[in-house]
Amino acid sequence: MRIRLPFELLVALRFLREGRTQSLLILGGVTAGVAVTIFLTHLIGELQSSIIERVLGSQPHVVIRPPDEINRRALPDAPGTLAIDQPRAQRLRPVDQWESVAKLAAATPDVVAVSPLVTGPAFALRGEASKSVALMGVEPDAYRRIVLMDKYLTAGRFAPSGTNAVIGIELAKDLGASLGDRIRVQTAGGREEVLTITGLFDIGNRDLNRRWVFVSLRLGQSLLDLAGGVSQVDLRVTDIFEAEAIARPLADATGLKVESWMTTNAQLLAGLKNQSTSLNLIRSFVTLIVALGIASVLVVSVVQKQREIGILRAMGAGRRQLLAVFLIQGALVGSVGSALGASLGWGLLQIFASVFRNGDGTPIFSPELPADIVIGACLIATVVGTLAAMIPARRAASLDPVDAIRS
Amino acid sequence: MTQPVIRLAGIRKSYNIGTEVEAEILHGIDLDIAAGEFVALIGPSGSGKSTLLNLVGLLERATAGRIEIDGIDTATQDDVGLTRLRNRSIGFVFQFHHLLPAFSALENAMMPGIIAEGRATDAHEAAARELLRRVGLEAHSHKKPNQLSGGQQQRVAIARALLLGPRLILADEPTGNLDTHTADEIFALMREVNRERGSACLIVTHDPRLAERCDRSVRMVDGLLYT
Ligand SMILES: Nc1ncnc2c1ncn2[C@@H]1O[C@H](COP(=O)(O)OP(=O)(O)O)[C@@H](O)[C@H]1O
Ligand SMILES: [Mg+2]
Repeated sequence: MRIRLPFELLVALRFLREGRTQSLLILGGVTAGVAVTIFLTHLIGELQSSIIERVLGSQPHVVIRPPDEINRRALPDAPGTLAIDQPRAQRLRPVDQWESVAKLAAATPDVVAVSPLVTGPAFALRGEASKSVALMGVEPDAYRRIVLMDKYLTAGRFAPSGTNAVIGIELAKDLGASLGDRIRVQTAGGREEVLTITGLFDIGNRDLNRRWVFVSLRLGQSLLDLAGGVSQVDLRVTDIFEAEAIARPLADATGLKVESWMTTNAQLLAGLKNQSTSLNLIRSFVTLIVALGIASVLVVSVVQKQREIGILRAMGAGRRQLLAVFLIQGALVGSVGSALGASLGWGLLQIFASVFRNGDGTPIFSPELPADIVIGACLIATVVGTLAAMIPARRAASLDPVDAIRS
Repeated sequence: MTQPVIRLAGIRKSYNIGTEVEAEILHGIDLDIAAGEFVALIGPSGSGKSTLLNLVGLLERATAGRIEIDGIDTATQDDVGLTRLRNRSIGFVFQFHHLLPAFSALENAMMPGIIAEGRATDAHEAAARELLRRVGLEAHSHKKPNQLSGGQQQRVAIARALLLGPRLILADEPTGNLDTHTADEIFALMREVNRERGSACLIVTHDPRLAERCDRSVRMVDGLLYT
């Protein structure tokens, strides 16, 4: 048995086939539009996530610190007094009642990890070498959920406890130390300890690789003279772009200084936003151009097919049927074009990924195309195609049979 | 008394109403055609014959008067109702055949059925093939209109008009552009179907020989009908 297409689809397909050149041209337009959209969306998405990953890979999303110490004037200002406020140097201070703050943070929705940290300056010494470092006293299990230390570890384990320490590869090189070696740390308060290196990390940032020395929270507290206290509480959240929205109420509730990565990296954020805005602008223009292209081709088609429309009407085709005939043409051009466009976009990506590579041979961009981008673009193209066909379709439906035939 | 298939009473048609070039083309037409009747509509060019046929074929609305098709007052019908009547009750053969160029002869002949059912059916295909055989085109059913001669195209148009067995067949100079031999053949075919199926036929023709072979003739002169 032959497949019997519904009237509207049958006529739509024949009309498209009849105006072959126009149909192919507009199909090409939709294909190019969808390919460009998919390609750019994926590229910029990849770019942004790699930038974000690089920045947030070694940073908590939200940090809770003690409030800044501000100068308070002992005497009220006399009228006309000129006062110069010099900000005070901030000394190492603990977060007030950090356990209850941590509990509050942990109970906040969308906060997935909470990690106390005591950090302060120290010197790392070995033989002749003496390096200025940042002592990081952490609870390893909590901290590795803030910064994915296990991923960055090049040797040993991330498990500072007792006098075991984990240091960066640069510092190890500077001190001429390696796994199992001992180093001495000295703090400004004059305390010191001999540590055993049980882990080495490479966090992808030379400065941090040189400065961070991880010890247990307890050892950090005693070396930095902050018994029982922590200098900050780090948080990780589910949606990084919600970090600021999560930080603000916490600040209000605790009276502490709560900063999200979004405020500390305001420029980066602005850059990402600009990039997203440009992407959306490009996508909107491409969509608009594709819509105008489909609409104009179909408007011409309605004029060219006026006689046929009249014949169909005279034979008893209803206005709605003719409306559907042209809407379907728009939808067909949109959906077939987007299927072709998705393939083309995917092909471009494969070429791009194989040509442009990082120094180590891995592709700069993942050639894997997320399904949601493809489905989104195809859906939009099909809907836009159908909507763009609305004006010509209504014109076709409004033609009176006799006028259509006479012309 | 049996109900006529067409009943026209006081039909008037004006164009460009409300403008300076307003013109009344039909000045009050009365006409009844019974089932099985084969009526010739003759008259000089420009007298309003096509205009009348278009009104009866429900392709446009009259300015005044009453058109009944099979007892249905068309003034009471909305666009959907008129569309349905066009599809089921009327077979229209245009002067210039008006086939759809993107479809084969068979598909063109099936088109009223495809419209009626929403898609082609085996029954329509069988009926269309039978009609094409009757008009001598069975060997050409797969051809597109532009591969057929004028006479062949007109025969496809007749097959198309007859497909759903309409109560009323309207033909506007169906043989006007054909040689005498082909014209006679086509006329004979329409007459045959009219006798077989008992449909009412109104056929515009300039050919007095053909008009003579009809049941009766009506003459249009300057927008008035004389019997
Ligand atoms: N849409 C229209 N607007 C204005 N005048 C029209 C229109 N259609 C037909 N006419 C006029 O009506 C008259 C009758 O035309 P028509 O019915 O085609 O005549 P016939 O078929 O008898 O040759 C002609 O003078 C024609 O110019
Ligand atoms: Mg005429």
